[in-house]
Amino acid sequence: MTFAFSGAIGMWHAITTIFWKDLKIELRTKEAFSASFVFALMVLVIFNFTLNLTTEEATAMGAGFLWIAFAFGGVLALNRSFALERDENCLQGLQLAPIDRGGVYLGKCLANVVFMLITELILLPLFAVFFNVDITARLGYLVVVLVLGTIGFSAVGTLFSAIAAHTRMREVILPILLLPAAVPVLIAAVECTTYALGGDASPALWFRLLVVYDVIFLTVSFLTFGFILQE
Amino acid sequence: MTSAPDKTGILLTALALIAMLVSLYLVFMYVPTETTMGEVQKIFYFHVPSAWLAFLAFFLVFVFSVVYLMRHEKKWDNLAASTAEIGVLFCTLVLITGPIWAKPVWGIWWTWDARLTLTLVLWLIYVGYLMLRYYMVDPERKATFAAVLGIVGFVDVPLVYFSIRWWRTQHPQPVLAGGEGSGIEGPMLLTFVVCLATFTVMFFALLRYRYRLQELRDALDELHDRVDHSAG
Repeated sequence: MTFAFSGAIGMWHAITTIFWKDLKIELRTKEAFSASFVFALMVLVIFNFTLNLTTEEATAMGAGFLWIAFAFGGVLALNRSFALERDENCLQGLQLAPIDRGGVYLGKCLANVVFMLITELILLPLFAVFFNVDITARLGYLVVVLVLGTIGFSAVGTLFSAIAAHTRMREVILPILLLPAAVPVLIAAVECTTYALGGDASPALWFRLLVVYDVIFLTVSFLTFGFILQE
Repeated sequence: MTSAPDKTGILLTALALIAMLVSLYLVFMYVPTETTMGEVQKIFYFHVPSAWLAFLAFFLVFVFSVVYLMRHEKKWDNLAASTAEIGVLFCTLVLITGPIWAKPVWGIWWTWDARLTLTLVLWLIYVGYLMLRYYMVDPERKATFAAVLGIVGFVDVPLVYFSIRWWRTQHPQPVLAGGEGSGIEGPMLLTFVVCLATFTVMFFALLRYRYRLQELRDALDELHDRVDHSAG
């Protein structure tokens, strides 16, 4: 980064390049999607078997089920994100590439957000069918909440995925690190989603928390990611 | 290699030992028993200092992590690792003494109240921190990654706290916290302050030993390397 102008261009270039690279890999292999989608679907089905809910109960608790499914499915997609770079020593390539490290992070994060959102948007109607829940009550709001919640989850998740890729037991360490750190975003997203599914309590506070969480963790991860890639 | 006796460590240990005896005397002989809660309230003198020190420890991990990332000196990583371990230890003490106190007073072992939940989530975050350290091989990379986690984990603390507080205040509180900390005076305050001081000294004594242990381990690793080199 010599001066601001070329820095901004370089950053944008890095983001789009990494993003399209990940998207292209995903379109060819469909590994992240298939793993996280099937797993998340399984979580929803298991909930149905184990809890045997009525429609009213499912409407009241549905937000929780959805986010547990999204979070667990998301962990698989996120694990994949940097395991992929590790397999063919691509991480070294990323480390050596003359591009902004923050851009690598944002590109990766954006790709993860998109992968997770695709899974979520396909799961949503299936959830409506399986649990007999009306998701159209506040559909626009619901989609915004999904986007914000997913950004927050992926902001920390992408950073931790890069960390986990370097450990022994890498598949295990990501959820152990990510789930407690994502407690605020999960609570806020569930509260907002409950409202979107027809709940009464105003979620204004939670909505703000979602936005604050997203901003803080995008910033912190953006700033610290350089250290992760440097080694 | 013979290491000189650690005078600071010995001094801290002796101080902690004496202070602990004084604290035990104050808690069990001197301070009057609380009228509504009875004997069990005495656990307060161990529970609250442990909690404060656990929080102090996690704050220190954050500070050491930032300094490590700025300077890349092994010593700051050793400090962060040692402090995190002792922080988890004190946090565990909080999570054990808490329910022992809660059961007779509140009638339940656990409630998802803001402070309890925050402590539990912190415990999980920093146990994750220790596991990450354990699962990494390359020492330099371990130090950097742990430092990043030490920072992210601590930045998360206020967010966890507020999310849980709002989450809880939106539902009826099952129980109200006993008047801990608020408005204690006289012998109780004195006992509490002495216990807090005792735990603080103990904290730093443990930290000192844990840090020394880390230094010895590093020295041992270096010797191993040297032996390997000369053998090869």
